[in-house]
Amino acid sequence: MRVSVSWLREYVDLPADLPTGDLEQALVDLGIEVESVVDLRESVTGQLVVGEVREIEELTGFKKPIRFCRVDVGAANGTGEPQEIVCGARNFAPGDRVVVILPGGVLPGGFAIGARKTYGHNSAGMICSAKELGLGDDHSGIIVLPPDVSAKPGDDARPVVGLDDVVFELEITPDRGYALSLRGLARELSHAFDVPLRDPALVPAPGGTPTPPYPVEVRDTVGCDRFTARLVRGVDPTAPTPSWMAQRLVTAGIRSISLPVDITNYVMLELGQPMHAFDADRIAGPLVVRRAEAGEKLTTLDGVNRVLTADDMVICDDSGPISLAAVMGGETSEVVAGTTTVLFEAAHWDPAMVGRTARRHKLFSEAAKRWERGVDPAVALVALERAVRLLTEHGGGTPSAEILDIDHVRPRTPITLPADLPTRRVGVEYPPARVVALLEQVGCTVAQGVDRLSEDPGAVGVASGAGTALSVTPPTWRPDLTDPADLVEEVVRLDGYDRVPSVLPTAPPGRGLTPRQRRRRAVAVSLAERGYVEVLAHPFVSPELADQLGLPADDSRRPAVRLANPLSEEEPLLRTTLLGPLLGILKRNLGRGHRDLALYEIGAVFHPRLGAGSPPAMGVDRRPTDAEFAAADAVVPAQPVHVAAVLAGDLDPAGWWGAGRPAGWADAIESARDVLAAAGIPDERVEVRAAEYAPWHPGRCAELRVDGAVVGHAGELHPTVVAALELPRRTCALELDLDALPSTPVTPAPTVSGFPPALIDVALVLDDSVPAEQVRRALEAGAGELLEDVRLFDVYAGAQLGAGRRSLAYKLTFRAPDRTLTVEEALAARDAAVAVAAERFGATLRGA
Amino acid sequence: MTYRNDPYDPKQVALLDPAALAEAVADATKAFTAAADPDALTALRPAHLGDRSPVSLARREIGALPPAAKSDAGKRVNEARRAIETAYADRAEVLEREQAERVLVEERVDVTLPFNRRPRGARHPLSVLMESISDLFVGMGYEVAEGPEVDLEWVNFDALNIPADHPARGLMDTFHIASADGSAGSGLVLRTHTSTVQTRTMLSRKPPIYVIVPGRVYRTDEIDATHSPVFHQAEGLVVDKGITMAHLRGTLDHFARAMFGPEAKTRWRPHYFPFTEPSAEFDVWFPEHRDGPQWVEWGGCGMVNPRVLRACGVDPEVYSGFAFGMGIDRTLMVRHGVSDIRHLFEGDVRFSRALSTGA
Repeated sequence: MRVSVSWLREYVDLPADLPTGDLEQALVDLGIEVESVVDLRESVTGQLVVGEVREIEELTGFKKPIRFCRVDVGAANGTGEPQEIVCGARNFAPGDRVVVILPGGVLPGGFAIGARKTYGHNSAGMICSAKELGLGDDHSGIIVLPPDVSAKPGDDARPVVGLDDVVFELEITPDRGYALSLRGLARELSHAFDVPLRDPALVPAPGGTPTPPYPVEVRDTVGCDRFTARLVRGVDPTAPTPSWMAQRLVTAGIRSISLPVDITNYVMLELGQPMHAFDADRIAGPLVVRRAEAGEKLTTLDGVNRVLTADDMVICDDSGPISLAAVMGGETSEVVAGTTTVLFEAAHWDPAMVGRTARRHKLFSEAAKRWERGVDPAVALVALERAVRLLTEHGGGTPSAEILDIDHVRPRTPITLPADLPTRRVGVEYPPARVVALLEQVGCTVAQGVDRLSEDPGAVGVASGAGTALSVTPPTWRPDLTDPADLVEEVVRLDGYDRVPSVLPTAPPGRGLTPRQRRRRAVAVSLAERGYVEVLAHPFVSPELADQLGLPADDSRRPAVRLANPLSEEEPLLRTTLLGPLLGILKRNLGRGHRDLALYEIGAVFHPRLGAGSPPAMGVDRRPTDAEFAAADAVVPAQPVHVAAVLAGDLDPAGWWGAGRPAGWADAIESARDVLAAAGIPDERVEVRAAEYAPWHPGRCAELRVDGAVVGHAGELHPTVVAALELPRRTCALELDLDALPSTPVTPAPTVSGFPPALIDVALVLDDSVPAEQVRRALEAGAGELLEDVRLFDVYAGAQLGAGRRSLAYKLTFRAPDRTLTVEEALAARDAAVAVAAERFGATLRGA
Repeated sequence: MTYRNDPYDPKQVALLDPAALAEAVADATKAFTAAADPDALTALRPAHLGDRSPVSLARREIGALPPAAKSDAGKRVNEARRAIETAYADRAEVLEREQAERVLVEERVDVTLPFNRRPRGARHPLSVLMESISDLFVGMGYEVAEGPEVDLEWVNFDALNIPADHPARGLMDTFHIASADGSAGSGLVLRTHTSTVQTRTMLSRKPPIYVIVPGRVYRTDEIDATHSPVFHQAEGLVVDKGITMAHLRGTLDHFARAMFGPEAKTRWRPHYFPFTEPSAEFDVWFPEHRDGPQWVEWGGCGMVNPRVLRACGVDPEVYSGFAFGMGIDRTLMVRHGVSDIRHLFEGDVRFSRALSTGA
């Protein structure tokens, strides 16, 4: 809401010399956010004066018509002679009074004005438009002062056009509809500065009459609990909006339309009561206020033809809906150029209904904004009276003697507030008298409520506060005050948040991070230490990604959680694998000239619960039962935390030390194993197997199993995927489901033998289709307990071994816990190891 | 010496002559001194101290001397041998020392060669900051609570006193999850704040509750220098007996000093959040701001609304609580002077690497 200080001062006696900064601070302390402060007095420098146009010479021969004007600026230019100014606007005539900035002045935006030769004439100064003065967006012509302005040529034009003011742009929180009015803001400031308020709602307003000025039937008193209306007949349709009113509307960001409409908007800004003005001659038959029928249509004032739902409220005449209640009027009944009979309406609508309607029709009008946030139901008749008076004063006409008031507003029920609750919640000692005083200041009626300890004759009374309950009835303009906690906030807000002391609470002993949290950290640190850089990608992906990754039709990563309102229609899905977004970031880095990249991310992926339906409705008046919440929770997508990494270019870069080494499938698998080790999974529980799994190369993909269950994959990406995503050749990747890893029990300590090891090398020749992992397992199984370590140190394939055969050379380390092994023992263990490999895979000792 | 020199042959014992021994010592010393390195010195050893060396041959002759002369001659030979041994040892020490020094000179390298054979990895600065915030509160006895990023609307809104028609719900710019028919009525949203974990924590455990919730949240903000549809918050929740706004202030003051230095200060501005009442926004002031000491907006806070406690099964007559939340991205940007939030999510390796060291 944009509001000028001069307007505020009409309702509250702010100190005359109040610095702008102090006013801003006061608003902030009251909980009203100040978006910006524009001091119009400083927006234009130099001489800005009223001028009267004497002569206009039309200049031709240029691209556009240009006028050379002589303008009387009194003595402001020092000579008393008319000022010669070239002007491109055409909306003025000799005799009009305009706003002139003389040479040396500077307009908003640093636009300095001088004297110069243009279009063949000397131009000394400028005739200004509203936009040029920073007063609005109107640049259709220069400002021509209306006749009701009494200013002479040469006078300072600032007060005339409203440049003697300070404008605050305020952000009002959703609970305080009343602060979207001058009345509400003035009330708040009267608290802050402890100065009197002149409540514009405290004017006498006549009540409803037995007969209405116009027949109205309210059929839904839940959606509309108050409807007031009054007619004004014989209005002069040509009467203009007074300039002061138009100016205030423009400052507030509301376009001036016509006198009756401007009055409704002005009253809305002043009192907070949204109103509507009908042309009574364009309505047929009685008005009916009701819910719309589903599918009913209405063309609103913005020219949009809207299809209504059964939740919208409408005002109808014989022709059907003529107004989308509380949100926007309709075209057929609006005030037009020739309107002489105006029916003002000031009603009170259900805020929730208005909110739904506004959202459904995406119509966040000034009225809807106020209804949603709460409007004082008691101010309707005052608003009506104010509008009628303004109209008759400025547009003539006769108000009807009849006034309609259909009032179903229910009185506020008092809130029971334990007098010591503010003290207990805030930690500041507020004596009960102080609590009462502050609540009365905001307009509450406070009575001694039921004494909670009234059965105890010795109960402490108001003096101490303990045990005393106050019965607090909030004012009609504060529908947000419904709970004791709301009243506590009023107390601490008005008493000052800065009075709340600083005390550290003592938490009971905690248990630190959970094993799952520690595991994620360990994995992250381990990858970073191994040269990977962590990134945090957005999880939004395109439907095409699944194809680009080559996921099979029945892949569990195909079904994805879809956003109803994605930021980009191209990326409406949430990732089911980290790889898509991560590869996107890889590409961005490549595009920025990085070549050797190792990236990782730890984050959630999203798997929809297929066929789960919608969660059951749950209220908030009580905790849902465990069963109710479990049923709802079962609809929430599974969101396991994954870790993924991608590699491109050299892992070990080339340098002065020699050649580099490109990252390969083996690095990805090694890193996957490192992740499992960092996650606390012992090597013996990890198994690596060949796998065919998109988006990996079918011959270069490993699946990693822990206790037999697949937890992830690693290797080189499929060449087709690399091509589809335009990645560097042989890009490698890994992805593991961290949440699928079992918890790790305490590891038993190994026996560290001090006896010397026996080292024996064996080279096994066997079919090259036998995975090395299986061979290792066979050797381990055969060697028995003396085996300390198996290390594959050479893989050889050659003609002498025969096609499809290869040699795997292992270094076996044997050691006993209690003695030095004899050569015979070590050889026996080796033979036993080889025997199992021979039995399982037909392995023979090379050279044997 | 395999035979006795008997009868005494003066010619044979000429080697025992004192002059001859002195000459042997002088020869040896001279030769040793001339040796240029330990290997050359070692090569000289047989000639001067070996079996066929003058002193060794002289020792053999002692047996041929008359008994009376033996003692004298033996003493002379031993002295000569000892002198040669000493000369050898002295020279060996000098040569070894020289060689060791020469090796050190010869093996000199340029230690300023660039050592970037293994490119440095890095944690993301937001992850690091979330962990340090977690650690701060864990140190105060809090636990780190978590929740899903796609959550029930009921958890994200209703339970937090943001009913369906409340304007605050419209202000949250929510990503809705599409239901099977593509509409927004799935009852699921991408969480708009970490306050969802307030709901889940209170539903799943009994007070006293002291938790910190770092996490990722979503709003439908178009990406620009200060907005991102994905960002991060840290939320604190305390529910216990006798909790007041003073406890909230004490906690935020401590938090501010831990994040922004011992001189940091906080201030509150009244505000509105449906899930807290009273509510405030809080600012932090700290001297190291890149544009000079000043106040910056930091987050929102307040006393947990009794309606929220009730919806989550906590008796507001017995317990009270406070909650606060702040943007981690914003905290990072303010602390480190990051001017564009996009740097946090573009994943350029230069950004994470640069911020991976230091606090």
